[in-house]
Amino acid sequence: MTMNSSLDIVARSATTTPSPSVRQGVEVAKLIDESKCIGCKACQVACSQWNDLSDDIGTNVGVYENPLNLSDKSWTLMRFSEVEDTKGAMEWLIRKDGCMHCADPGCLKACPSPGAIVQYANGIVDFQQDNCIGCGNCATGCPFDIPRISKKDNKAYKCTLCSDRVGVGLEPACVKTCPTGAITFGKKEDMVAYGDKRAGELKERGFQTAALYNPGGVGGTHVMYVLKHGDKPELYAGLPANPSISPLVSLWKGTLKPLAVFGMVGAIVAGFFHYMKVGPVEETEDEKESA
Amino acid sequence: MKKSNELRRYDDSARMNHWVIALLFFLAGLSGLAFFHPSLFFLANLFGGGAWDRILHPYFGLGLCVSFLGLFLRVKHENAWNAQDKVWLSGAGEMFKGNKAAMPPVGKYNAGQKIVFWFTAASMLILLVTGVLFWHAWFPHFPIWARRVGVLLHALSAVVLVLTVIVHVYAAIWVKGTTRAMTRGTVTSNWAKMNHSLWYEEMTRK
Repeated sequence: MTMNSSLDIVARSATTTPSPSVRQGVEVAKLIDESKCIGCKACQVACSQWNDLSDDIGTNVGVYENPLNLSDKSWTLMRFSEVEDTKGAMEWLIRKDGCMHCADPGCLKACPSPGAIVQYANGIVDFQQDNCIGCGNCATGCPFDIPRISKKDNKAYKCTLCSDRVGVGLEPACVKTCPTGAITFGKKEDMVAYGDKRAGELKERGFQTAALYNPGGVGGTHVMYVLKHGDKPELYAGLPANPSISPLVSLWKGTLKPLAVFGMVGAIVAGFFHYMKVGPVEETEDEKESA
Repeated sequence: MKKSNELRRYDDSARMNHWVIALLFFLAGLSGLAFFHPSLFFLANLFGGGAWDRILHPYFGLGLCVSFLGLFLRVKHENAWNAQDKVWLSGAGEMFKGNKAAMPPVGKYNAGQKIVFWFTAASMLILLVTGVLFWHAWFPHFPIWARRVGVLLHALSAVVLVLTVIVHVYAAIWVKGTTRAMTRGTVTSNWAKMNHSLWYEEMTRK
């Protein structure tokens, strides 16, 4: 939920006319430097605090993730992966999971409800819960398994990238609170440059495959990672190496649906003209009399 | 009451079954088309808005499938495909021109009607199975890939069903004397002789 009145919208779910977009926006991005993260979960706390969310108390099942998964009330989550490197040493990889704010958002494409999902000119993808009908198609369209449907109100929730804070010139709450500077926020182009620089520094320190994660399959993202093992993003709790909108979603929504609407309307029109041209098949009068 | 020059085509229960299906088809169809394309989202207003539309649609669909099962069991034997159907189908072009006389004699259902029947049955089965895959309120735990396949096949088979019903309704409007089979249960002997001569013979032989 946001103050979209002060932000320009470049894309709106289930809408075929242009969205309000006369104002100019600067694309923003959040950069998460995994190599600097200590797994303190302050970002999770800041997210809960700023958004007035308090997730249900769960149970300890012996892992570091807390809560166990993203939920309608937990919009960001530190995921911990224990990975063995080639020399057999254990490495602890920590990734702050949450909405990636794709430039080409699968959730928005899959959503059937007008205006339930919007994309601002600054790149933030936001759910407007008052327009949400609770069908769950956003979760179906998302390549990162992020949206969660609330059991309480059947609306979809996820990270807003603090669009309410960004709209008034503040950085997101998780960025503000991060004690190690692992999360930074700024213009997208600056963050890409900074991420590349950080990946270069990591390479100098022996992480040969360090890289910026800004996947092109979804048009780039407005939440990016610097990964020590940039060649194997899957190591980080299954971060997809080449995320893209499933062709099942994009082909159907993009091409086939308009054609199908045309086909159904066309069938009715064709029937009408067939009747006007050929006329009805009638019982002949003669036979009626003879019967 | 059936008059002397009339033949009974459907008994009361078959007709009521048919019309329950018809009503549920329109409820499920209109509520579902709202999600199909933005240009049709206004249909959600018929059902109290998007959220209510989302809540109701699966129940309409379930009711549709259950009620269709009744009719399916009732008439499936009469819709079995036979050699005459192939002949009828090869001459379907003449039928489209309204040249009824050129068509070979048929039994209770012609090949076109049988195709409508089996397309309806197949698409409804696919709609039921795939609809369950993403009925979030009751089945929230299907994997995402299954829901993606489900949504796609659900929409595709819905298009098939809608087109099939358009053909079905048009045929009933086009061939005069047909709709009374479902509204009154009877047809005239003339109609039967002209459109379903083998069925006419079968009925009058009794």
